[in-house]
Amino acid sequence: MKDVGAAAPAVELRALSAPAAPGVPGLALRGLDLRIAAGEQVAVIGASGAGKTSLLMALACAVRPAGGSVSLFGRDPWAMPARELRRLRGRLFLAPQVPPLPPRQRVVTAVLAGRLPAMGLLQSLRTLWSPRDAALAQAALAQLGLADKLWLRVDRLSGGERQRVGLARALVSQASLWLVDEPLSALDPTRARGVIDALLGAARRDGRTLVCSLHQVDVARERFERIVALRAGVCVYDGPAAGLDDAALRELYAGEVPVASEPGDPSPPINLLPESMCR
Amino acid sequence: MRSTAAAQRDPARLRRVSLLLMAAVLAWPLLVWTEFNPATLADARSLGATWKFISDFVPPRHDADFLAELLRATWRTVAIATAGLALAWLAAVPLALLATSRLSVSALAAPMGAWPAACRQAVRWVLVVLRSIPELVWALLFVRVVGLGPTAGVLAIAITYGGMLGKVYADILESSDGVSTQALLRNGSGRLQALCFGALPECAGELVSYTVYRWECAIRSSVVLGFVGAGGLGQLLDSAAKMFAGQEVSAILLVFIALVWLSDRLSAVLRRVMG
Repeated sequence: MKDVGAAAPAVELRALSAPAAPGVPGLALRGLDLRIAAGEQVAVIGASGAGKTSLLMALACAVRPAGGSVSLFGRDPWAMPARELRRLRGRLFLAPQVPPLPPRQRVVTAVLAGRLPAMGLLQSLRTLWSPRDAALAQAALAQLGLADKLWLRVDRLSGGERQRVGLARALVSQASLWLVDEPLSALDPTRARGVIDALLGAARRDGRTLVCSLHQVDVARERFERIVALRAGVCVYDGPAAGLDDAALRELYAGEVPVASEPGDPSPPINLLPESMCR
Repeated sequence: MRSTAAAQRDPARLRRVSLLLMAAVLAWPLLVWTEFNPATLADARSLGATWKFISDFVPPRHDADFLAELLRATWRTVAIATAGLALAWLAAVPLALLATSRLSVSALAAPMGAWPAACRQAVRWVLVVLRSIPELVWALLFVRVVGLGPTAGVLAIAITYGGMLGKVYADILESSDGVSTQALLRNGSGRLQALCFGALPECAGELVSYTVYRWECAIRSSVVLGFVGAGGLGQLLDSAAKMFAGQEVSAILLVFIALVWLSDRLSAVLRRVMG
């Protein structure tokens, strides 16, 4: 990496507060501090509405902070000129919980769309016509157990298969920061472990930073070394997976409304998922 | 029992009924002002004249000379419509891409910036100007500039339909599901890449079907333009009607029906192919 970010952490948040999506009133993140070194893999857990998706949206530069600061690879994305911000976006990859795949697209095209930032316009048009990197897409799909789906259309796939196609798109992308939202929500437990191993394996092999939100706490504790737990938009645990005992987990998931909300503090918004994520 | 019935009453019902009544009350004076009077249709004298004209229609004229001329005129009409629409498409595509907010990068993380919003609005105004002047008026203008003939018709259709296609293309892109396009833009793809990999697969069907429908409209339009000297079926119809040649008129009308049916089939086939 040639820019100043070589030694800088991949992610550095200072007292970040942000809405769940652009234009949504209320704050989903309320003063979050987080530092993730380049090449680290982190699981983010927390009850529904705790701010997991909002954190990934903020890291993907999909929502402007309302307070505090975001720094990615050592630089503030919101202070960059548009052209540099776009180049930065090419180094990020957000895989939303509901895979954003057009139903009429072929799987091979949907996967290779992950490489668009690295392709010129002509090259991407050639990919639409006849994909030369089909082998690359095929390899990514094979890691997720979808080797035979390359030439199918997305609308022929089941929900779980679509979710894995969305993750295959992440695998072929050349981003150095992968932001993966609930990658296991449509998968059965056995499949889920295989998928998380494929993601972690690829991230470790290529030295990519992975921030992955998970509802499956057992998977998070088994497979990730570091866990960040959110509650009502703030970080309540950040440390090794081993340090998160059952008592702490019970408290984390005890009811959706936090007990520790201070007097005068506005009650947390109920619907924290951005509208674009719940079609 | 009564209270559950009250709970099940649709709260929107009263508003809907009153809106409907209001629309009816507003529409009535409009009918009066336009002197719309269906009774004139049933007037005995006009009925007689209409019947005489219509009864001349059968059988449609079908001798070889006339059919050859009809075929030439049909070809010319289709050619005017197709060439006009092709030119309109060339103008509409870039304008639609500029006008649609679907490809806005600044709207990804915040409300769209003031400068991009102003540019999009300006392009929308250009589209309004292009399509607000009817093609007939453009044709009358161009007939003076380039003389009688198909060129005036082609240019007139190109301008008006460019405005229509551009507006509707932009609207179709905006009303489709934007999640896939936004995801691509957010991950650093260019606007045209996001268009080709996100927006087009989402709404290719609607875009194609609307374009074929506009081609059908352009055929009808080029007939009307024929009346002011652009040639083709319109000119033929004009002279046939002036000479009260009912059999020729009916033959020409049958060709219209066939053309519209053809475009309907074409649209159905294309939509099936695109799935």
